[in-house]
Amino acid sequence: MTLLKVSGLSKSFGGVTAISDLDFEVPRDQVYSVIGPNGAGKTTLFNMLSGIYRPDEGKIRFLDNEIVGRQPHKVAELGVSRTFQNLQMFFNMSVLDNVKVGCHLRTKSRLWNTALRLPGTRREERQAELWARESLHFCDLEQYLQRDAGALPYGVLKRLEIARALAAAPQLLLMDEPAAGLNDTETKQMRRLIRRISEAGITVLLVEHNMGLVMEVSDRILVIDYGSRLAEGSPAEIQNNPRVIEAYLGGEVEYAV
Amino acid sequence: MSHHRGFYLLTFVAVVLPLAFPDNYFVTVVGVTAALHAILAVSLNLLMGYAGQISLGHAGFFGIGAYVSAILTTRYGWNPWPAIIAGLGLTCVIAFTLARPILRLKGHYLAMATLGLGIIINIVLVQAGDFTGGPDGLGEIPTLSLFGWQVDSDLRWYIVIVSVLLLVVWLALNIINSRSGRALRALHGSEVAAEMMGINTTATKTGVFVLAAMIASMAGSLFAYQQAFVSPDSFSFFFSIELVTMVVLGGMASTYGAIMGAIILTFLPEFLVVFEDFEVMIFGAILMLMMIFLPQGLFVGLRNLLRRIVAGRRSAAEAAEPEESGRDAA
Repeated sequence: MTLLKVSGLSKSFGGVTAISDLDFEVPRDQVYSVIGPNGAGKTTLFNMLSGIYRPDEGKIRFLDNEIVGRQPHKVAELGVSRTFQNLQMFFNMSVLDNVKVGCHLRTKSRLWNTALRLPGTRREERQAELWARESLHFCDLEQYLQRDAGALPYGVLKRLEIARALAAAPQLLLMDEPAAGLNDTETKQMRRLIRRISEAGITVLLVEHNMGLVMEVSDRILVIDYGSRLAEGSPAEIQNNPRVIEAYLGGEVEYAV
Repeated sequence: MSHHRGFYLLTFVAVVLPLAFPDNYFVTVVGVTAALHAILAVSLNLLMGYAGQISLGHAGFFGIGAYVSAILTTRYGWNPWPAIIAGLGLTCVIAFTLARPILRLKGHYLAMATLGLGIIINIVLVQAGDFTGGPDGLGEIPTLSLFGWQVDSDLRWYIVIVSVLLLVVWLALNIINSRSGRALRALHGSEVAAEMMGINTTATKTGVFVLAAMIASMAGSLFAYQQAFVSPDSFSFFFSIELVTMVVLGGMASTYGAIMGAIILTFLPEFLVVFEDFEVMIFGAILMLMMIFLPQGLFVGLRNLLRRIVAGRRSAAEAAEPEESGRDAA
Protein backbone atom coordinates (compact mmCIF):
# COMPACT_ATOMS: atom_id res chain seq x y z
CA MET A 1 0.00 0.00 0.00
CA THR A 2 1.29 3.43 -0.93
CA LEU A 3 1.72 5.94 1.87
CA LEU A 4 3.30 8.77 -0.07
CA LYS A 5 2.94 9.42 -3.79
CA VAL A 6 4.95 12.15 -5.46
CA SER A 7 4.14 13.01 -9.05
CA GLY A 8 5.54 15.54 -11.50
CA LEU A 9 7.30 17.46 -8.74
CA SER A 10 9.38 20.46 -9.85
CA LYS A 11 11.08 23.30 -8.05
CA SER A 12 13.58 25.86 -9.17
CA PHE A 13 15.22 28.77 -7.44
CA GLY A 14 15.72 31.79 -9.68
CA GLY A 15 16.38 29.73 -12.80
CA VAL A 16 18.38 27.01 -11.05
CA THR A 17 16.46 23.77 -11.20
CA ALA A 18 16.57 21.89 -7.92
CA ILE A 19 13.96 19.23 -8.65
CA SER A 20 12.49 18.54 -12.04
CA ASP A 21 9.51 16.34 -12.85
CA LEU A 22 10.17 13.81 -10.12
CA ASP A 23 7.89 10.82 -9.53
CA PHE A 24 8.11 8.17 -6.84
CA GLU A 25 6.00 6.21 -4.42
CA VAL A 26 6.83 5.25 -0.86
CA PRO A 27 5.12 2.04 0.28
CA ARG A 28 3.89 1.85 3.83
CA ASP A 29 6.10 0.25 6.53
CA GLN A 30 9.27 0.43 4.51
CA VAL A 31 12.55 2.24 4.78
CA TYR A 32 12.79 4.22 1.58
CA SER A 33 16.03 6.05 0.90
CA VAL A 34 16.80 8.92 -1.39
CA ILE A 35 20.44 9.19 -2.40
CA GLY A 36 22.34 11.35 -4.83
CA PRO A 37 25.39 13.59 -5.04
CA ASN A 38 25.56 16.84 -3.08
CA GLY A 39 23.28 19.43 -4.61
CA ALA A 40 21.09 16.78 -6.24
CA GLY A 41 18.03 18.31 -4.59
CA LYS A 42 17.48 15.96 -1.68
CA THR A 43 16.97 18.60 1.00
CA THR A 44 14.81 20.65 -1.37
CA LEU A 45 12.68 17.54 -1.81
CA PHE A 46 12.38 17.14 1.96
CA ASN A 47 11.43 20.76 2.38
CA MET A 48 8.63 20.32 -0.14
CA LEU A 49 7.44 17.11 1.48
CA SER A 50 7.22 18.88 4.84
CA GLY A 51 5.50 21.98 3.50
CA ILE A 52 8.39 24.41 4.02
CA TYR A 53 8.77 25.01 0.26
CA ARG A 54 5.92 25.11 -2.15
CA PRO A 55 6.71 23.22 -5.37
CA ASP A 56 6.38 25.02 -8.71
CA GLU A 57 4.53 22.04 -10.10
CA GLY A 58 3.45 18.59 -9.10
CA LYS A 59 1.52 16.78 -6.45
CA ILE A 60 2.46 15.19 -3.14
CA ARG A 61 -0.19 12.81 -1.97
CA PHE A 62 -0.01 11.51 1.61
CA LEU A 63 -2.69 8.86 2.10
CA ASP A 64 -5.79 10.76 0.97
CA ASN A 65 -4.42 14.23 1.57
CA GLU A 66 -2.55 16.68 -0.63
CA ILE A 67 0.54 18.12 1.05
CA VAL A 68 1.18 20.87 -1.50
CA GLY A 69 -0.33 24.13 -0.23
CA ARG A 70 -0.30 23.15 3.41
CA GLN A 71 1.82 24.96 5.98
CA PRO A 72 4.37 22.78 7.81
CA HIS A 73 2.28 22.55 10.97
CA LYS A 74 -0.66 21.37 8.88
CA VAL A 75 1.53 18.75 7.22
CA ALA A 76 2.64 17.63 10.68
CA GLU A 77 -1.02 17.22 11.61
CA LEU A 78 -1.37 14.63 8.84
CA GLY A 79 1.23 12.46 10.56
CA VAL A 80 4.48 13.53 8.95
CA SER A 81 7.45 14.37 11.15
CA ARG A 82 11.05 15.06 10.30
CA THR A 83 14.60 15.66 11.47
CA PHE A 84 16.98 18.18 10.00
CA GLN A 85 20.34 17.95 8.29
CA ASN A 86 21.75 20.80 10.35
CA LEU A 87 20.40 20.33 13.85
CA GLN A 88 17.30 22.30 14.69
CA MET A 89 17.17 21.67 18.42
CA PHE A 90 15.52 23.91 20.96
CA PHE A 91 18.80 24.69 22.69
CA ASN A 92 17.04 26.91 25.21
CA MET A 93 15.19 23.93 26.68
CA SER A 94 15.88 20.74 28.58
CA VAL A 95 16.05 17.39 26.81
CA LEU A 96 12.70 16.36 28.25
CA ASP A 97 11.02 19.62 27.22
CA ASN A 98 12.44 19.29 23.70
CA VAL A 99 10.74 15.94 23.34
CA LYS A 100 7.57 17.17 25.02
CA VAL A 101 7.30 19.74 22.23
CA GLY A 102 7.08 16.73 19.97
CA CYS A 103 3.86 15.79 21.77
CA HIS A 104 2.31 19.10 20.79
CA LEU A 105 -0.13 17.58 18.33
CA ARG A 106 -1.18 14.81 20.67
CA THR A 107 -2.26 17.31 23.32
CA LYS A 108 -4.78 20.11 23.12
CA SER A 109 -4.53 22.66 25.98
CA ARG A 110 -4.80 26.23 24.74
CA LEU A 111 -2.97 29.31 26.02
CA TRP A 112 -5.88 30.45 28.22
CA ASN A 113 -6.54 27.01 29.67
CA THR A 114 -2.94 26.53 30.65
CA ALA A 115 -2.69 30.08 32.05
CA LEU A 116 -5.63 29.35 34.37
CA ARG A 117 -4.51 25.76 35.01
CA LEU A 118 -7.95 24.50 34.13
CA PRO A 119 -8.72 20.88 34.96
CA GLY A 120 -7.44 18.58 32.29
CA THR A 121 -4.29 20.55 31.60
CA ARG A 122 -2.41 18.83 34.39
CA ARG A 123 -3.56 15.40 33.33
CA GLU A 124 -2.50 16.20 29.80
CA GLU A 125 0.86 17.40 31.08
CA ARG A 126 1.45 14.07 32.81
CA GLN A 127 0.44 12.24 29.64
CA ALA A 128 2.86 14.32 27.56
CA GLU A 129 5.65 13.55 30.02
CA LEU A 130 4.87 9.84 29.72
CA TRP A 131 4.99 9.94 25.93
CA ALA A 132 8.18 11.97 26.00
CA ARG A 133 9.86 9.50 28.35
CA GLU A 134 8.78 6.61 26.14
CA SER A 135 10.27 8.31 23.13
CA LEU A 136 13.52 9.07 24.97
CA HIS A 137 13.68 5.47 26.14
CA PHE A 138 13.15 4.28 22.57
CA CYS A 139 16.16 6.32 21.45
CA ASP A 140 18.35 5.36 24.46
CA LEU A 141 18.40 8.90 25.76
CA GLU A 142 16.95 8.42 29.23
CA GLN A 143 20.14 9.34 31.01
CA TYR A 144 20.05 12.84 29.50
CA LEU A 145 16.45 13.58 30.56
CA GLN A 146 17.06 16.65 32.72
CA ARG A 147 20.08 18.00 30.87
CA ASP A 148 19.98 21.18 28.82
CA ALA A 149 19.95 20.41 25.12
CA GLY A 150 22.71 22.97 24.60
CA ALA A 151 25.11 20.96 26.75
CA LEU A 152 24.90 17.68 24.82
CA PRO A 153 27.38 16.21 22.34
CA TYR A 154 26.52 16.16 18.66
CA GLY A 155 25.83 12.43 18.38
CA VAL A 156 23.32 12.58 21.22
CA LEU A 157 21.60 15.60 19.65
CA LYS A 158 21.16 13.68 16.41
CA ARG A 159 19.20 11.04 18.33
CA LEU A 160 17.38 13.68 20.36
CA GLU A 161 15.97 15.13 17.14
CA ILE A 162 14.64 11.70 16.29
CA ALA A 163 13.15 11.26 19.77
CA ARG A 164 11.39 14.59 19.39
CA ALA A 165 10.01 13.64 15.98
CA LEU A 166 8.85 10.23 17.26
CA ALA A 167 7.05 11.82 20.20
CA ALA A 168 4.58 13.13 17.63
CA ALA A 169 3.65 9.52 16.82
CA PRO A 170 4.05 10.09 13.07
CA GLN A 171 3.10 7.69 10.28
CA LEU A 172 5.94 8.93 8.13
CA LEU A 173 9.31 10.06 9.44
CA LEU A 174 11.55 12.08 7.16
CA MET A 175 15.19 11.74 8.22
CA ASP A 176 17.63 14.18 6.67
CA GLU A 177 21.15 12.75 6.99
CA PRO A 178 20.83 11.22 10.46
CA ALA A 179 24.34 9.75 10.33
CA ALA A 180 26.15 12.84 9.07
CA GLY A 181 29.06 13.62 11.37
CA LEU A 182 28.69 10.47 13.46
CA ASN A 183 31.58 8.14 14.26
CA ASP A 184 31.43 4.39 13.54
CA THR A 185 29.93 3.40 16.88
CA GLU A 186 27.30 6.12 16.67
CA THR A 187 26.51 5.16 13.09
CA LYS A 188 25.92 1.57 14.16
CA GLN A 189 23.64 2.83 16.91
CA MET A 190 21.80 4.95 14.38
CA ARG A 191 21.36 1.96 12.06
CA ARG A 192 19.79 -0.04 14.86
CA LEU A 193 17.56 2.88 15.74
CA ILE A 194 16.29 3.25 12.16
CA ARG A 195 15.53 -0.48 12.11
CA ARG A 196 13.63 -0.22 15.38
CA ILE A 197 11.63 2.74 14.08
CA SER A 198 10.69 0.75 11.00
CA GLU A 199 9.77 -2.29 13.10
CA ALA A 200 7.54 -0.04 15.22
CA GLY A 201 5.41 0.48 12.11
CA ILE A 202 6.64 3.91 11.10
CA THR A 203 7.50 4.42 7.47
CA VAL A 204 10.92 6.03 7.09
CA LEU A 205 12.02 8.26 4.24
CA LEU A 206 15.77 8.58 4.54
CA VAL A 207 18.28 10.91 2.95
CA GLU A 208 21.80 9.80 3.75
CA HIS A 209 25.33 9.87 2.33
CA ASN A 210 26.69 6.94 4.28
CA MET A 211 26.20 4.21 1.67
CA GLY A 212 26.93 1.37 4.07
CA LEU A 213 24.06 2.53 6.24
CA VAL A 214 21.72 3.14 3.30
CA MET A 215 22.35 -0.27 1.76
CA GLU A 216 21.79 -2.02 5.06
CA VAL A 217 18.61 -0.38 6.27
CA SER A 218 16.75 0.41 3.05
CA ASP A 219 13.98 -1.62 1.49
CA ARG A 220 14.01 0.55 -1.61
CA ILE A 221 16.31 3.27 -2.86
CA LEU A 222 15.69 6.22 -5.17
CA VAL A 223 18.73 7.77 -6.80
CA ILE A 224 18.39 11.35 -7.96
CA ASP A 225 20.83 13.52 -9.83
CA TYR A 226 20.27 17.10 -10.93
CA GLY A 227 16.80 16.91 -9.46
CA SER A 228 15.59 13.99 -11.57
CA ARG A 229 15.30 10.31 -11.07
CA LEU A 230 18.34 8.31 -12.08
CA ALA A 231 17.23 4.92 -10.81
CA GLU A 232 14.99 3.22 -8.34
CA GLY A 233 15.05 -0.27 -6.85
CA SER A 234 16.20 -2.56 -4.10
CA PRO A 235 19.69 -2.02 -2.63
CA ALA A 236 21.08 -4.87 -4.72
CA GLU A 237 19.61 -3.46 -7.92
CA ILE A 238 20.97 -0.01 -7.16
CA GLN A 239 24.46 -1.31 -6.41
CA ASN A 240 24.58 -3.07 -9.76
CA ASN A 241 23.02 -0.32 -11.82
CA PRO A 242 25.73 0.96 -14.20
CA ARG A 243 24.22 4.46 -14.42
CA VAL A 244 24.25 4.81 -10.65
CA ILE A 245 27.78 3.51 -10.41
CA GLU A 246 28.94 5.98 -12.99
CA ALA A 247 27.14 9.00 -11.59
CA TYR A 248 27.40 8.45 -7.92
CA LEU A 249 28.85 5.33 -6.41
CA GLY A 250 32.04 5.55 -8.42
CA GLY A 251 33.98 2.82 -10.20
CA GLU A 252 33.72 0.02 -7.70
CA VAL A 253 30.96 -1.05 -5.42
CA GLU A 254 32.41 -1.90 -2.06
CA TYR A 255 29.43 -1.42 0.13
CA ALA A 256 27.94 -4.87 -0.10
CA VAL A 257 26.10 -5.90 3.04
CA MET B 1 5.28 21.37 40.91
CA SER B 2 8.52 22.89 42.06
CA HIS B 3 7.92 26.22 40.30
CA HIS B 4 5.32 27.05 42.91
CA ARG B 5 7.92 27.20 45.66
CA GLY B 6 9.21 30.46 44.26
CA PHE B 7 5.67 31.75 43.94
CA TYR B 8 4.87 31.02 47.60
CA LEU B 9 8.06 32.74 48.64
CA LEU B 10 7.16 35.79 46.56
CA THR B 11 3.67 35.87 48.07
CA PHE B 12 5.12 35.55 51.55
CA VAL B 13 7.51 38.46 51.02
CA ALA B 14 4.75 40.57 49.50
CA VAL B 15 2.52 40.01 52.53
CA VAL B 16 5.19 40.37 55.20
CA LEU B 17 6.80 43.56 53.89
CA PRO B 18 3.92 45.97 54.59
CA LEU B 19 3.23 44.25 57.91
CA ALA B 20 6.82 44.67 59.00
CA PHE B 21 7.21 48.19 57.62
CA PRO B 22 3.80 49.87 57.53
CA ASP B 23 3.81 53.34 56.04
CA ASN B 24 7.36 52.88 54.87
CA TYR B 25 8.00 55.04 51.80
CA PHE B 26 10.04 52.34 50.12
CA VAL B 27 7.38 49.68 50.61
CA THR B 28 4.08 51.37 49.93
CA VAL B 29 5.18 54.09 47.52
CA VAL B 30 8.25 52.96 45.59
CA GLY B 31 7.18 49.37 46.18
CA VAL B 32 3.89 49.95 44.38
CA THR B 33 5.68 51.46 41.39
CA ALA B 34 8.09 48.53 41.40
CA ALA B 35 5.18 46.08 41.46
CA LEU B 36 3.54 47.89 38.55
CA HIS B 37 6.81 47.75 36.62
CA ALA B 38 7.12 44.09 37.52
CA ILE B 39 3.71 43.38 35.98
CA LEU B 40 4.91 45.02 32.77
CA ALA B 41 8.27 43.28 32.84
CA VAL B 42 6.72 39.84 33.42
CA SER B 43 4.34 40.35 30.50
CA LEU B 44 7.10 41.64 28.23
CA ASN B 45 9.25 38.70 29.27
CA LEU B 46 6.64 36.24 27.99
CA LEU B 47 6.97 37.84 24.59
CA MET B 48 10.67 38.66 24.61
CA GLY B 49 12.35 36.23 26.96
CA TYR B 50 10.34 33.14 26.16
CA ALA B 51 9.01 33.57 22.63
CA GLY B 52 12.07 35.54 21.52
CA GLN B 53 10.03 38.33 19.92
CA ILE B 54 11.46 41.67 20.95
CA SER B 55 9.09 44.58 21.49
CA LEU B 56 10.29 48.16 21.85
CA GLY B 57 6.72 49.44 22.02
CA HIS B 58 5.37 47.81 25.15
CA ALA B 59 4.82 51.18 26.84
CA GLY B 60 2.33 51.94 24.05
CA PHE B 61 -0.11 49.29 25.29
CA PHE B 62 0.48 50.45 28.85
CA GLY B 63 -0.54 53.90 27.58
CA ILE B 64 -3.65 52.67 25.80
CA GLY B 65 -4.95 51.06 29.00
CA ALA B 66 -4.16 54.17 31.03
CA TYR B 67 -5.76 56.59 28.58
CA VAL B 68 -8.89 54.54 27.86
CA SER B 69 -9.51 54.36 31.60
CA ALA B 70 -8.69 58.03 32.13
CA ILE B 71 -10.86 59.27 29.26
CA LEU B 72 -13.87 57.07 29.95
CA THR B 73 -13.96 57.88 33.67
CA THR B 74 -13.29 61.63 33.47
CA ARG B 75 -15.04 62.62 30.23
CA TYR B 76 -17.87 60.09 30.10
CA GLY B 77 -18.38 59.36 33.76
CA TRP B 78 -17.82 55.61 33.45
CA ASN B 79 -17.26 53.45 36.47
CA PRO B 80 -13.52 52.59 36.67
CA TRP B 81 -14.07 48.82 36.38
CA PRO B 82 -15.83 48.68 33.00
CA ALA B 83 -13.29 51.27 31.84
CA ILE B 84 -10.53 48.73 32.55
CA ILE B 85 -12.42 46.15 30.49
CA ALA B 86 -12.86 48.68 27.66
CA GLY B 87 -9.09 49.31 27.73
CA LEU B 88 -8.43 45.58 27.56
CA GLY B 89 -10.88 45.28 24.65
CA LEU B 90 -9.31 48.07 22.63
CA THR B 91 -5.82 46.76 23.33
CA CYS B 92 -6.87 43.28 22.27
CA VAL B 93 -8.26 44.56 18.96
CA ILE B 94 -5.21 46.72 18.21
CA ALA B 95 -2.69 44.06 19.23
CA PHE B 96 -4.50 41.35 17.30
CA THR B 97 -4.75 43.45 14.15
CA LEU B 98 -1.10 44.47 14.26
CA ALA B 99 0.32 41.13 15.36
CA ARG B 100 0.24 39.46 11.95
CA PRO B 101 2.07 42.04 9.87
CA ILE B 102 4.48 42.93 12.69
CA LEU B 103 5.42 39.47 13.92
CA ARG B 104 6.17 38.36 10.39
CA LEU B 105 9.35 40.38 10.84
CA LYS B 106 12.44 39.11 12.58
CA GLY B 107 15.36 40.54 14.54
CA HIS B 108 16.15 44.18 13.94
CA TYR B 109 13.13 44.63 11.68
CA LEU B 110 10.76 43.48 14.39
CA ALA B 111 12.51 45.81 16.85
CA MET B 112 12.07 48.73 14.44
CA ALA B 113 8.41 47.96 13.75
CA THR B 114 7.49 47.70 17.44
CA LEU B 115 9.51 50.83 18.13
CA GLY B 116 7.47 52.63 15.48
CA LEU B 117 4.26 51.30 16.99
CA GLY B 118 5.17 52.65 20.42
CA ILE B 119 6.10 56.03 19.02
CA ILE B 120 2.89 56.26 16.97
CA ILE B 121 0.76 55.51 20.04
CA ASN B 122 2.66 58.19 21.93
CA ILE B 123 2.17 60.72 19.15
CA VAL B 124 -1.57 60.00 19.11
CA LEU B 125 -1.71 60.61 22.86
CA VAL B 126 0.00 63.97 22.41
CA GLN B 127 -1.87 65.09 19.29
CA ALA B 128 -5.43 63.98 20.03
CA GLY B 129 -5.68 66.80 22.54
CA ASP B 130 -9.47 66.98 22.55
CA PHE B 131 -9.62 63.54 24.02
CA THR B 132 -6.32 63.03 25.73
CA GLY B 133 -5.58 66.53 26.99
CA GLY B 134 -2.49 66.61 24.78
CA PRO B 135 0.93 67.08 26.38
CA ASP B 136 -0.67 68.43 29.58
CA GLY B 137 -2.36 65.12 30.22
CA LEU B 138 -5.56 64.33 32.06
CA GLY B 139 -6.18 64.82 35.77
CA GLU B 140 -8.80 64.13 38.39
CA ILE B 141 -9.15 60.50 37.47
CA PRO B 142 -11.34 58.75 40.07
CA THR B 143 -9.91 55.91 42.09
CA LEU B 144 -11.04 52.31 42.21
CA SER B 145 -13.49 51.03 44.74
CA LEU B 146 -14.39 47.48 45.54
CA PHE B 147 -17.79 46.97 47.20
CA GLY B 148 -17.46 50.34 48.92
CA TRP B 149 -13.80 49.76 49.81
CA GLN B 150 -12.11 52.86 48.38
CA VAL B 151 -8.56 52.33 47.17
CA ASP B 152 -7.40 55.68 48.50
CA SER B 153 -4.26 55.11 50.54
CA ASP B 154 -0.74 54.00 49.71
CA LEU B 155 -1.24 50.78 51.61
CA ARG B 156 -4.49 49.98 49.80
CA TRP B 157 -2.84 50.57 46.45
CA TYR B 158 -0.06 48.28 47.55
CA ILE B 159 -2.63 45.57 48.25
CA VAL B 160 -4.36 45.99 44.88
CA ILE B 161 -1.32 46.23 42.64
CA VAL B 162 0.69 43.55 44.40
CA SER B 163 -2.35 41.24 44.19
CA VAL B 164 -2.53 41.84 40.45
CA LEU B 165 1.21 41.22 40.19
CA LEU B 166 0.86 37.90 42.00
CA LEU B 167 -2.01 36.95 39.70
CA VAL B 168 0.03 37.83 36.61
CA VAL B 169 3.05 35.91 37.90
CA TRP B 170 0.83 32.91 38.58
CA LEU B 171 -0.59 33.05 35.05
CA ALA B 172 2.89 33.43 33.56
CA LEU B 173 4.33 30.50 35.54
CA ASN B 174 1.40 28.31 34.56
CA ILE B 175 1.88 29.15 30.90
CA ILE B 176 5.63 28.64 30.90
CA ASN B 177 5.48 25.14 32.35
CA SER B 178 2.81 23.95 29.96
CA ARG B 179 2.19 22.99 26.37
CA SER B 180 1.76 26.66 25.40
CA GLY B 181 4.92 27.69 27.21
CA ARG B 182 6.92 25.00 25.47
CA ALA B 183 5.49 26.20 22.16
CA LEU B 184 6.74 29.71 22.97
CA ARG B 185 10.21 28.52 23.86
CA ALA B 186 10.32 26.19 20.86
CA LEU B 187 9.49 29.13 18.62
CA HIS B 188 12.46 30.94 20.14
CA GLY B 189 14.73 27.92 19.73
CA SER B 190 13.95 27.06 16.11
CA GLU B 191 10.95 28.33 14.24
CA VAL B 192 11.17 25.74 11.50
CA ALA B 193 11.43 22.84 13.96
CA ALA B 194 8.54 24.25 15.98
CA GLU B 195 6.38 24.33 12.83
CA MET B 196 7.41 20.79 12.02
CA MET B 197 6.28 19.65 15.45
CA GLY B 198 2.84 20.99 14.58
CA ILE B 199 3.07 24.36 16.29
CA ASN B 200 1.22 27.08 14.42
CA THR B 201 3.95 29.65 14.91
CA THR B 202 1.91 32.57 13.55
CA ALA B 203 -0.99 31.89 15.90
CA THR B 204 1.37 31.30 18.83
CA LYS B 205 3.18 34.59 18.26
CA THR B 206 -0.13 36.42 17.90
CA GLY B 207 -1.47 34.85 21.08
CA VAL B 208 1.48 35.82 23.24
CA PHE B 209 1.66 39.31 21.71
CA VAL B 210 -2.02 39.94 22.50
CA LEU B 211 -1.70 38.47 25.99
CA ALA B 212 1.36 40.60 26.82
CA ALA B 213 -0.35 43.71 25.43
CA MET B 214 -3.50 43.08 27.48
CA ILE B 215 -1.53 42.63 30.70
CA ALA B 216 0.23 45.92 29.94
CA SER B 217 -3.11 47.60 29.30
CA MET B 218 -4.43 46.33 32.63
CA ALA B 219 -1.35 47.75 34.35
CA GLY B 220 -1.94 51.04 32.53
CA SER B 221 -5.49 51.33 33.83
CA LEU B 222 -4.34 50.68 37.40
CA PHE B 223 -1.57 53.22 36.94
CA ALA B 224 -4.08 55.87 35.81
CA TYR B 225 -6.33 55.32 38.83
CA GLN B 226 -3.42 55.18 41.23
CA GLN B 227 -1.80 58.39 39.96
CA ALA B 228 -5.16 60.11 39.31
CA PHE B 229 -3.28 61.79 36.46
CA VAL B 230 -1.82 60.64 33.14
CA SER B 231 0.41 62.41 30.63
CA PRO B 232 2.10 61.10 27.48
CA ASP B 233 5.54 61.25 29.14
CA SER B 234 4.80 58.13 31.16
CA PHE B 235 4.31 56.09 27.98
CA SER B 236 7.20 57.26 25.87
CA PHE B 237 9.74 55.31 23.90
CA PHE B 238 12.16 55.69 26.82
CA PHE B 239 9.84 53.81 29.11
CA SER B 240 9.65 50.96 26.58
CA ILE B 241 13.44 50.81 26.63
CA GLU B 242 13.41 50.81 30.42
CA LEU B 243 11.07 47.82 30.37
CA VAL B 244 13.34 45.95 27.97
CA THR B 245 16.27 46.77 30.24
CA MET B 246 14.39 45.33 33.24
CA VAL B 247 13.88 42.06 31.41
CA VAL B 248 17.47 41.87 30.22
CA LEU B 249 18.89 42.91 33.60
CA GLY B 250 16.96 40.31 35.56
CA GLY B 251 17.47 37.65 32.96
CA MET B 252 15.62 36.76 29.77
CA ALA B 253 13.25 33.83 30.02
CA SER B 254 13.03 34.04 33.79
CA THR B 255 9.84 35.33 35.40
CA TYR B 256 11.51 35.97 38.74
CA GLY B 257 14.37 37.61 36.88
CA ALA B 258 11.94 40.06 35.27
CA ILE B 259 10.54 40.94 38.71
CA MET B 260 14.05 41.39 40.05
CA GLY B 261 14.96 43.63 37.11
CA ALA B 262 11.84 45.74 37.67
CA ILE B 263 12.56 46.13 41.38
CA ILE B 264 16.20 47.09 40.82
CA LEU B 265 15.49 49.60 38.09
CA THR B 266 12.71 51.17 40.16
CA PHE B 267 14.72 51.46 43.36
CA LEU B 268 18.05 52.38 41.84
CA PRO B 269 17.11 56.01 41.04
CA GLU B 270 15.87 56.43 44.63
CA PHE B 271 19.30 55.57 45.97
CA LEU B 272 21.20 57.39 43.28
CA VAL B 273 19.48 60.66 44.12
CA VAL B 274 22.49 61.72 46.18
CA PHE B 275 24.62 61.57 43.05
CA GLU B 276 22.18 63.81 41.22
CA ASP B 277 23.67 64.48 37.80
CA PHE B 278 25.75 61.34 37.85
CA GLU B 279 22.71 59.15 38.22
CA VAL B 280 22.43 58.31 34.54
CA MET B 281 26.15 57.61 34.30
CA ILE B 282 26.12 55.21 37.22
CA PHE B 283 23.04 53.59 35.78
CA GLY B 284 24.78 53.07 32.44
CA ALA B 285 27.92 51.75 34.09
CA ILE B 286 25.94 49.18 36.03
CA LEU B 287 24.26 48.02 32.84
CA MET B 288 27.57 47.74 31.02
CA LEU B 289 29.13 45.71 33.82
CA MET B 290 26.06 43.48 33.82
CA MET B 291 26.26 42.80 30.12
CA ILE B 292 29.96 41.99 30.35
CA PHE B 293 29.97 39.81 33.46
CA LEU B 294 26.45 38.41 33.74
CA PRO B 295 24.96 38.44 30.25
CA GLN B 296 22.33 35.87 31.20
CA GLY B 297 20.95 38.33 33.73
CA LEU B 298 21.20 38.81 37.47
CA PHE B 299 18.66 36.23 38.53
CA VAL B 300 19.90 33.37 36.38
CA GLY B 301 23.52 34.37 36.94
CA LEU B 302 23.21 34.43 40.71
CA ARG B 303 21.19 31.22 40.75
CA ASN B 304 23.82 29.39 38.72
CA LEU B 305 26.54 30.77 40.98
CA LEU B 306 24.67 29.51 44.05
CA ARG B 307 24.15 26.13 42.41
CA ARG B 308 27.83 25.86 41.64
CA ILE B 309 28.74 26.65 45.24
CA VAL B 310 26.21 24.14 46.56
CA ALA B 311 27.32 21.51 44.05
CA GLY B 312 30.97 22.20 44.90
CA ARG B 313 30.34 21.64 48.61
CA ARG B 314 28.37 18.52 47.92
CA SER B 315 30.92 16.98 45.60
CA ALA B 316 33.60 17.69 48.18
CA ALA B 317 31.57 15.78 50.73
CA GLU B 318 30.43 12.86 48.62
CA ALA B 319 32.57 12.50 45.58
CA ALA B 320 30.36 10.35 43.38
CA GLU B 321 27.08 12.21 43.96
CA PRO B 322 25.74 13.49 40.61
CA GLU B 323 24.90 17.15 40.23
CA GLU B 324 21.50 18.35 41.28
CA SER B 325 18.99 18.19 38.45
CA GLY B 326 15.34 19.22 38.70
CA ARG B 327 15.80 22.22 36.49
CA ASP B 328 12.66 24.25 36.03
CA ALA B 329 12.05 27.00 33.55
CA ALA B 330 10.68 29.59 35.93
